[in-house]
Amino acid sequence: MTKKALISSRDLSVHFPLPATRLFGPKPFVSAVEGISLDIQQGSFFGLVGESGSGKTTYGRALLRAVPIAQGKITYTDENVSYDLTSLSAEEMTDYRKRAQLIFQDPYAALSPRMTVRDIIAEPLEVMGLTKSREETDERVREIAAKCRINLEHLRRFPHAFSGGQRQRISIARALVSNPRFIVADESVAALDVSIQADVLNLLKSIQQDMGLTFLFISHDLSVIAHTCDHVAVMYLGRIVETAPTRELFAEPRHPYTKALLSAIPSLDPDYAGDVQKLEGEIPSPSNPPPGCKFHTRCPHVIDICRTEEPRLSKLGFEHDVACHRWEELVDPSE
Amino acid sequence: MSKPLISVKDLSIKFNTDEGLVTAVDNVSFDIAPGEILGLVGESGSGKSVTAKALMLLNPENCVYGSDSKIIMNLEDDEIDVFSLAKSRDKKVIRGGAISMIFQEPMASFAPAISVGDQMTEQLLIHSDMSLARAKEISIEMLERVGIPDPAQRFGQYAFEFSGGMRQRAMIAMALSTKPKLLIADEPTTALDVTIQAQVIDLMKDLVKEFHMAILFITHDLGVIAQTVDRMVVMYLGTLIEKGAVRDVLRNPGHPYTKGLMEALPRLDDLDTPLKAIAGDIPSPLDRPSGCVFNTRCPVSLGNECESRIPSYTTQGDEHLVACHLMEEGRNSK
Repeated sequence: MTKKALISSRDLSVHFPLPATRLFGPKPFVSAVEGISLDIQQGSFFGLVGESGSGKTTYGRALLRAVPIAQGKITYTDENVSYDLTSLSAEEMTDYRKRAQLIFQDPYAALSPRMTVRDIIAEPLEVMGLTKSREETDERVREIAAKCRINLEHLRRFPHAFSGGQRQRISIARALVSNPRFIVADESVAALDVSIQADVLNLLKSIQQDMGLTFLFISHDLSVIAHTCDHVAVMYLGRIVETAPTRELFAEPRHPYTKALLSAIPSLDPDYAGDVQKLEGEIPSPSNPPPGCKFHTRCPHVIDICRTEEPRLSKLGFEHDVACHRWEELVDPSE
Repeated sequence: MSKPLISVKDLSIKFNTDEGLVTAVDNVSFDIAPGEILGLVGESGSGKSVTAKALMLLNPENCVYGSDSKIIMNLEDDEIDVFSLAKSRDKKVIRGGAISMIFQEPMASFAPAISVGDQMTEQLLIHSDMSLARAKEISIEMLERVGIPDPAQRFGQYAFEFSGGMRQRAMIAMALSTKPKLLIADEPTTALDVTIQAQVIDLMKDLVKEFHMAILFITHDLGVIAQTVDRMVVMYLGTLIEKGAVRDVLRNPGHPYTKGLMEALPRLDDLDTPLKAIAGDIPSPLDRPSGCVFNTRCPVSLGNECESRIPSYTTQGDEHLVACHLMEEGRNSK
């Protein structure tokens, strides 16, 4: 099967300026995303996982062109258009906004309390001028609301009347109303209760399949990623340390950080005492990253080369890449 | 069996609001033994935080406790009826003396403009008659015990200079420096990354043994519960629906809500079973269902009976209680 990448980044870096410490000389900056090359295939549900400060949100926003890009290239290609996202004209940018949308984490902060549900969902249509009459707008809003299982009676109400799960369905409807091709879902279930979370995840999955969408699903929760995504990339301090098809990543994690993340998830079995690899210390500050492999300050397998030389992402199998100097030695022979 | 450290009996809590009297907690009873970790699980609106705050009388003024609600604390030489404490001087024992609390968001729990050290010594000075120098010494020792590097230097810093994990450690150090008998931990690891969460859970388990203190561990995360607590209580919309030893409840959940929660949880050891959501949304506390509180979402509801009568507790094995009509005598659910 040949799949085409809907969106790919090459050596993408995003820098944020820091307050200047000296009047002359180079301006200091934080490197939030550093040299990421990644392909997201059309129709894929791509998971991006990492702890706070790993740069996963920044990467997602860079793909939406919501943060300035310091270096590198992003290309977007669907059935109709092909864009180089780093050099879009104003017109192309407007068109890209219709094709790429964002679903936020906090459904309480994402919806204006002064707008009715109908107006919230209709706003992108009006702003982008996608519909010609009010009737057409209403029809489109009702269609998408039904798809997101929003009670049509509720369209005239205000967001305060709804629970977290209902609000998240409203934000999803708003993101889908312009008929986008690419959705970035940034921690979209993190604020929800478990019983509601499963419902929203199932909804996202079924919509993705129905509408043939491509998702970048950003989450800190590996078990959520495991259940929804077909591909995963693990980020640490602005870099991708490992990427693979989901099942392969969970069955054969190769990077010590991926292994540690997996074993840190508390098991539902009270007597579970498996191979627990606890990490010491915390993620270093991105404004002062360690030299060499960014993970070496916490890695249980660190050797000299890790402290000085940054490992490159290398292929270890079909679609499975890892950035570690020692991954080959660390493969458990029993596997 | 020795006396429980704290015994909560028929706790009911209502809030007086503009929209009328809202029931937050309804007839909840549980005990915590000395040195035990009790898990309190529930989703938003389940009343878990309100229940915990009642132990320290920290609920706001518009809160009304049930007339036959009782919270009794058994200390070595003393039995304290929490609801009879009226003066703030008397409340000191349950507010930082014998009971301490740590919160989900440690940034919000430290005053931003007072150094962490000053906040630690302040409470030691309130709860004992030690000197300032001694209080400082103890505080630095505690910071060191919870794994904060350079404790003497950290002592003089402010909360914003600490990372999230360090702040939570400092919060634990502060809560434990008065040597409480009971620590209430309200979602203490929810705001932390998984690798840091694992560190904090290990630390708390060590401290329980070392200080022989009990913990009331509040969380919505069943995985954290499984790895941390001895016994657990499940709450839904202010009602205690199941309680028992953590192994019994997680391996053999009796209540349809507990079962539903387990099925809704994405598990790493089973990627093939699709996630099963619990139907519907959690009802608003303003609109509490009659009968069994879970009947509006229950997949095995019996209809009329579940909607009209509150189920009584049925024992399912050793000290494992379930409040469900299906479990009551004469009925056999599979």
